[in-house]
Amino acid sequence: MSQSFNLTVNGIGYSVGDAWIGESLLHVLRERLGLPGAKNACEQGECGSCSVLLDGELVCSCLVLAADAIDSAIATVEGLAPDGGLTDVQQAFLDAGAVQCGFCTTGLVVAVHHLLDATPQPNDLDVQEAISGNVCRCTGYGRIHEAISLVIARRGER
Amino acid sequence: MNIASATSAGTRTRSPRVGENADRPDGIPKVRGEFAFTNDAWVDGMLYARTVRSPHPSARIVSVDYSAALALPGVVCIVTADDVPGRATYGLEHHDQPVFASDVVRFHGEAIAAIAADHPETARAACAAVRVEYEVLIPLTDAEAAITAAPIHPDGNVIRHLIVRHGDPANAPGDVSVEGTYEVAMQDQAFLGPECALAIPGDDGGVDIHVATQWLHADRDQVSACLGLDPELVRLTMAGVGGAFGGREDISLQIHVALLALRSGRAVKLFYSREESFFGHVHRHPARMWYRHSATNDGRLTNVEARLVFDGGAYASTTSAVLANASCFAAGPYSVPNALIEGWGVRTNNPSCGAMRGFGAVQTCFAHEAQMDKLAGALGIDPIELRRINALEPGGRNITGQVITGTLPTRAVIDACAAHPLPPAAGDDMMERPGGAGRTTDAGHVVRGVGFAVGWKNLMFSEGFDDYSTARVRVDNGVVSVHTACAEVGQGFVTLAQQIASTVLGLDSVIVLPSDTAVGSAGSTSASRQTWMSGGAVKLACEAVLQAIIADAAATYGVATDDVQLIDDRLMSADGLLDIAIADMVAGRSYDETVEHHHAPTATLDANGQGDAHVSFAVAAHRAVVDVDLDLGLVRVVDVTTAQDVGRILNPRQAVGQIEGGIAQGVGLAVMEEIVVRNGVVRNASFTDYLIPTALDMPTVSIAALIEEPEPGAPFGAKGIGEPPTISSTAAVVAAIRNATGKALARTPVRPQDIVFG
Repeated sequence: MSQSFNLTVNGIGYSVGDAWIGESLLHVLRERLGLPGAKNACEQGECGSCSVLLDGELVCSCLVLAADAIDSAIATVEGLAPDGGLTDVQQAFLDAGAVQCGFCTTGLVVAVHHLLDATPQPNDLDVQEAISGNVCRCTGYGRIHEAISLVIARRGER
Repeated sequence: MNIASATSAGTRTRSPRVGENADRPDGIPKVRGEFAFTNDAWVDGMLYARTVRSPHPSARIVSVDYSAALALPGVVCIVTADDVPGRATYGLEHHDQPVFASDVVRFHGEAIAAIAADHPETARAACAAVRVEYEVLIPLTDAEAAITAAPIHPDGNVIRHLIVRHGDPANAPGDVSVEGTYEVAMQDQAFLGPECALAIPGDDGGVDIHVATQWLHADRDQVSACLGLDPELVRLTMAGVGGAFGGREDISLQIHVALLALRSGRAVKLFYSREESFFGHVHRHPARMWYRHSATNDGRLTNVEARLVFDGGAYASTTSAVLANASCFAAGPYSVPNALIEGWGVRTNNPSCGAMRGFGAVQTCFAHEAQMDKLAGALGIDPIELRRINALEPGGRNITGQVITGTLPTRAVIDACAAHPLPPAAGDDMMERPGGAGRTTDAGHVVRGVGFAVGWKNLMFSEGFDDYSTARVRVDNGVVSVHTACAEVGQGFVTLAQQIASTVLGLDSVIVLPSDTAVGSAGSTSASRQTWMSGGAVKLACEAVLQAIIADAAATYGVATDDVQLIDDRLMSADGLLDIAIADMVAGRSYDETVEHHHAPTATLDANGQGDAHVSFAVAAHRAVVDVDLDLGLVRVVDVTTAQDVGRILNPRQAVGQIEGGIAQGVGLAVMEEIVVRNGVVRNASFTDYLIPTALDMPTVSIAALIEEPEPGAPFGAKGIGEPPTISSTAAVVAAIRNATGKALARTPVRPQDIVFG
């Protein structure tokens, strides 16, 4: 069953034409809208590599039907720093060495923005909980924690 | 008079040199979501492919009916064993694996066909519509039994039988002996980016393959042999790789996707689901290891005997080399005058096993370190002191009779790791107890344990293999471009390549070109070898370019070539006549040098497993602290402290990342990671059921020391650092759980039932 529908991603309206209605939001973002920043490590809601914000809520886009997101504001990693620059979280990931293969990175960047927007001064456990749905196989999370600490410190200096 | 200084440019941004932190050149696209991983590649009109796989670990294929699949709208092409125009089999060391199974299947998930369609869902439905009739056979799943069982493959069940006999093991009793039998389960690399390739048919009958792999040239040679094409017609380009850890060293989907592209005449993308990824690549060998250690009453090892049985699964992959590593490093980094190691690498109907970070040394480290603790207990000697007494150091011999001629600071890593302060006692927060968010753990039933382990392995390939690397370096108008076929899998070679080029040439603008088969082989991104081998190739090629620049400078300014030196970023002659920024010297000029870098040759092992088989070694020590809930068998790994032999650090930030990440995989193997295989059937091919450590599972990692003793023969003295963190961290964590529980725990990963009922 195919159908056309509209999505709003990063504030921009997209028309999704003649898509199979069973397609996940992840598939539509990546394969139809040219927004490959959300990744697909498990497509089972376990790894967080496909993290996006749906009306401000952190979700695994692999578990959301695209056609079910028609009335929602969808935010992906591509929309975080729309001027082509870097957000403070992205900059801190680079400065701290939190990026290796990078497959988990975009999902983590979205998740960390979500954490710090809601909880500007998280404790260690808050941070561990918040990113425990984003699996990284390269870093062992040490440099990711370092990056998050860096963001918190830099925001405090402003 | 300074004739050249007038042409010096103003201030430049100095790029980081070797030994400094440097930004990854791929970092900005990776944090912005713009880095093109393989599955982000896109060609208009491309097809999506999927693989038909066997649900049985052992079966005869009676018939296959593709008619229903072909009849589905949108299905374009199906390829099977009948469509393989060249060699029917492939394999990294022995080509024993069929491209597609046609008569029998030998493991759960073996590929039978691949289908290309207009939509991934159509391809999935088409795979489900293929009707395969099987005569199900009883799988051979016991590695010990496989040694003498009827062969399940024309090449037989014994892939390698290796004896290492050192000294006079028959006459080395010692005062005290301890025995044990140890098991390591099957671990998955679980790289985050599943296998993917995009194949595009060429106008010349060839094919272009964009693929995430660890070794472009080995892939090319296997793909071209099976396609029956000249290797020049199979062009591979490294696409963005989402981690590897050994799991991409073998062919997975490369031949399948190329066949589909050539047969359909269209671009085809094949992307594994996570489940397919578990079926599609090799894993860490499960091993069963019997050991007997003997020592004098004052704690000197006299003899180490072991029998190692490594389950290679259905096809050989790198089992032969994994077994050699396991056997050569079976006694640990200790001075052992007598040893008898019997290693078996066998074929079963279990999933195929091959390379994973640590490559054979992980399994035997788990066993030899448990033995060292057991021996310390029997002798009444402190376990760390026992390791110090027996530590193998430069000038000593390993059990293959090779003298350690390079650096090996075994005692230094032991001492630094042991001296590091222990973490504080557990706090009151229930979330920090073993039960974590489950809030199940009663504080009064938590016991803390501490464990220690030391491990080592070889750097580069061994046993006479010439795993050289090639680098082409060009300088055009001051811009350096570095071209290798080295697989960047996340480890940061691209960063090091820039640092090395900047350091050698004194130039700040360095571009690392995409890796492809248009340049010579770089060998595999494995065996902790790319910093040494491809880093060394880049260094040599840059040095060749520098010599050409110096010759031009000498000729231009009328000084002797031998008198010209590059000091930081200036070319200077001893007489002071020449003093020019190298950037100014190369303005408007071009240089182009290609160099192959070979490591020192190694020997094969003789009939007694003796020989100088290895290029270099690296050692690390780990100390783990755990809290264990004795009632529920739950473990919280609190801290892992390490000291590691690194030769020289080229990029501190990346070095720490390698160490922390490697320890995470070691912790995983200690307490949670296992591919559960029952009668040859994989039971947990998903991230729901195969667990890898999350941020909540990871302990604090403390780096007590990075021991920098520059390694002779290594570029800048740097040793590869990727694997040692994974080797002894598992053994240390399990030792800590033994310390907390008093249980023998001879198997890893340690499961709750092992603690409660073991």
